[in-house]
Amino acid sequence: MSDAPLLEVAGLYKSYGAVPVLRGVDLHVGRGECLCIVGPSGSGKSTLLRCLNVLEPIENGRILFEGRDIARSTRREAPEIRRRIGMVFQNFELFRHLSALDNIVLAPQRVKGESLARARERARALLDKVHLPDKADAFPDELSGGQQQRVAIARALAMDPALMLYDEPTSALDPETVGEVLQVMQELAEEGMTSLVVTHEMGFARRAADRVVFMDDGSVVFAAPPETFFGRGADIPDRLTRFLSHLSH
Amino acid sequence: MNFWEFVLHYLSSERFVTAAGMTLLISLCSLAGGMLAGLVVALLQEVRFLPARILAVFYLWIFRGTPVMFQLIFAFNVLPSFGIVLSGFACAVLALSLNEGAYMAEIMRSGIRAVGAGQRQAARALGMRDMQLMRWVVLPQAMRIIVPPIGNQFIGMLKLSAIVSVIAVEELLLVANQAASSNFRYLEALSAAGIYYLAMTTVFMVLQALLEATLRRRGRPMQGGLLGRFLSATADGARVR
Ligand SMILES: Nc1ncnc2c1ncn2[C@@H]1O[C@H](COP(=O)(O)OP(=O)(O)O)[C@@H](O)[C@H]1O
Ligand SMILES: [Mg+2]
Repeated sequence: MSDAPLLEVAGLYKSYGAVPVLRGVDLHVGRGECLCIVGPSGSGKSTLLRCLNVLEPIENGRILFEGRDIARSTRREAPEIRRRIGMVFQNFELFRHLSALDNIVLAPQRVKGESLARARERARALLDKVHLPDKADAFPDELSGGQQQRVAIARALAMDPALMLYDEPTSALDPETVGEVLQVMQELAEEGMTSLVVTHEMGFARRAADRVVFMDDGSVVFAAPPETFFGRGADIPDRLTRFLSHLSH
Repeated sequence: MNFWEFVLHYLSSERFVTAAGMTLLISLCSLAGGMLAGLVVALLQEVRFLPARILAVFYLWIFRGTPVMFQLIFAFNVLPSFGIVLSGFACAVLALSLNEGAYMAEIMRSGIRAVGAGQRQAARALGMRDMQLMRWVVLPQAMRIIVPPIGNQFIGMLKLSAIVSVIAVEELLLVANQAASSNFRYLEALSAAGIYYLAMTTVFMVLQALLEATLRRRGRPMQGGLLGRFLSATADGARVR
């Protein structure tokens, strides 16, 4: 049981109306692993993450998370699964009416029923962890994009998730604040936080990923450790070579 | 007595003061009732359950499609034949609340809708259920958006409350009219009533401006009392770009 993957996706199929978006995705993520998902825009990466977090219904396939098939969870069960899975969005989506600290405190207090004092204490520790110890009282619109995203990471961590999903966490950032966010994500991954990161930051994928996954047209085309993935081996599919060379131009 | 002496006499008479208090009380109660009804109707419209949405639309259809005067007279004259006998005051508040609710629902709904899908998705991703998401993420943000239109509704309500004179509730306009008809001092009596109306609407416009300024200000306003808690709750909930 303990060496079973934390997350195992098999034959995941999802369409919006008549348009198939995910056409049989197979993927597994081991405990403590950091996976980067790359691929052209429109290939279904965001949809995949939303399916994993039970934010979207799926038509076919299995999603085993912690040994349990979550693909067909009911509206009652879904929130409990989401508590175990943290999610970070491209546009941060911090709650705009709450300070950084209160953004982090809200879910542990109201969803998990932690005492306010305890939730606050942990929120401060999380702000330290994302290197924002002095921003507890700042409101989202007083923070830079990179700072907001780091608060959003702390907010997700506050629920003690077993898995973190990041959907292009640095795509909406000014270039000068990208590094600080990737830094935090890498530190978390190194501490053993299981992470699934959709990103266009190939440098990050090289540095931090245990494996890199190439998605195109709704399915996983190739997955390999970064050395292989970014290497020139014979088994690299043409589509990936084209995608990577397109990025570097 | 000259004009101003008459006006002052009316302004300070117990009947006028009581009547102005009645106007204020009816308006406040009806506004509160209207907000409650409006919130319920707005939330019903957000629900997945189809009968709930149909109920909301039916409510809006009835209360927007008939004159408020009709609703008032209906409550006063027809409800008793169903065994529901209410005082004039209760009828006034009931009819004005339900009527206001139909308009308040739209205001509440636009506030709720203005909180984007991304905010809801983020709340859901944290494991919040629909009710928690509404209570802790959507409504506090919607609150800020709806304060200015609710202020306007209240000022409208102060004026609208004059129509309850038709069911003989002793509010300001009825009392002024009665006072004048005994001595034909219409100008003086109506001036006194007008001064009360203007005083009340002015006070509320100022309060509304203060509240909006508080909402715009950063950080938390005073804690403690009910008003402080309301202000801080709305201000917390209210910071929108
Ligand atoms: N809510 C939706 N309704 C309909 N089509 C959608 C929706 N979300 C995404 N799509 C479509 O699904 C495809 C994959 O989208 P997405 O998962 O966002 O891709 P990626 O994140 O890889 O750019 C796109 O063609 C997009 O237009
Ligand atoms: Mg995307």
